[in-house]
Amino acid sequence: MSTETIEKEPASKIELAPGVGGGGEIPTFDITLKVRRYNPEVSDDAHWDEWKLTMYGTDRVLDALHKVKWEHDGSVSFRRSCAHGVCGSDAMRINGRNRLACKTLLKDLDTSKPILVEPIKGLPVEKDLIVDMEPFFQSYREIMPFLVSKGHEPTSERLQSAEERERYDDTTKCILCAACTSSCPVFWTDGQYFGPAAIVNAHRFIFDSRDDAGDMRLEILNDKEGVWRCRTTFNCTEACPRGIQVTKAISEVKQAILTRKV
Amino acid sequence: MAVPIIESPRSGRVAPEYSRTSSSRGNFEMIAWLFMRLSGAILVVLIFVHLWTSMVAGDGINGVDFGFVAGKWASPIWQIWDLTMLWLAMLHGTNGVRVIINDYAEKNSTRMGLKAVLYASTVVIVILGTLVIFTFDPCPVIDGVAHVAEYCPTS
Repeated sequence: MSTETIEKEPASKIELAPGVGGGGEIPTFDITLKVRRYNPEVSDDAHWDEWKLTMYGTDRVLDALHKVKWEHDGSVSFRRSCAHGVCGSDAMRINGRNRLACKTLLKDLDTSKPILVEPIKGLPVEKDLIVDMEPFFQSYREIMPFLVSKGHEPTSERLQSAEERERYDDTTKCILCAACTSSCPVFWTDGQYFGPAAIVNAHRFIFDSRDDAGDMRLEILNDKEGVWRCRTTFNCTEACPRGIQVTKAISEVKQAILTRKV
Repeated sequence: MAVPIIESPRSGRVAPEYSRTSSSRGNFEMIAWLFMRLSGAILVVLIFVHLWTSMVAGDGINGVDFGFVAGKWASPIWQIWDLTMLWLAMLHGTNGVRVIINDYAEKNSTRMGLKAVLYASTVVIVILGTLVIFTFDPCPVIDGVAHVAEYCPTS
């Protein structure tokens, strides 16, 4: 088969005439970013560092932190992995509220004032915006965040109706960013409270029809540092970047303990 | 059913001040939580009826004097009413302050000290109040002299 005319491949890059296409210029603005710095190898005291940056309307707080780290001061330390609100690594206190740096657009903040970025409260700070998450994960492990089932393993999948799945749908959204637990004033006091995140993840299994260890988890959360320390201040619900109704979930666990015991 | 223990890779690295040493079994916190809700609801009724009878009904606030209180406590219904109010309010308040101490004190020793003062004062006030309600005598005889008010039976 011989073809005389070989079709030319389309160009991989097309030069557009100036002024064609595009969504218009992205607005830029100047911001002042103030970051709470702490380095135990240099000083025991934390202090604020400040940078003036020119950012775009599409930028998030995480982009501003990147700009600082990559172009101004490489020693600024913070956690981030996916940078798209899924991994839960970059929870921090932005203007006094716990949020994910990767989900907070700069244009939604008051750019006329400095933007304050601090580590989340209630957990030991290791460096700059990095905190020791172990106490948080310890509580999470204690509530047994895995399926426990009695009896024989089914030959096929474990069946569940749409309604049964809906029962705990809200609490499946947790990404373990610790924004809720570190916004809780009871947790700030002494760090003994299990915290909203652990209770949310217990809720996810307690109300799962396929799970058989609900009673065990309720017993764990009936502890003096368990659900009864919740003061329903709703800080956690407000802080959750996934919009989980955290306080509602805690109340449902309280009710479950009550109906089981009384 | 034994819970299988799987050591996490970083376990043992939790800062000591965060580890929960005493795991409390028992339902004290749950009962305290439930008591706060129930006593609160009952107290709303008890207190507003109390306020209405002493401040609004009859002569209103002008009618409140020694005789008014004496008359009220002559009736067992008001004795029980006030006793319930005293006990519920004191326990409700004590538990509230206990919770505040737990939330705001950071050291266990501070907590212990503050709670000791709290419980001691609760016991004193509850006992005193209960005694007053049941031993209240509107027509006392002191040193053989009867201080006879106009409503006292003359013998």
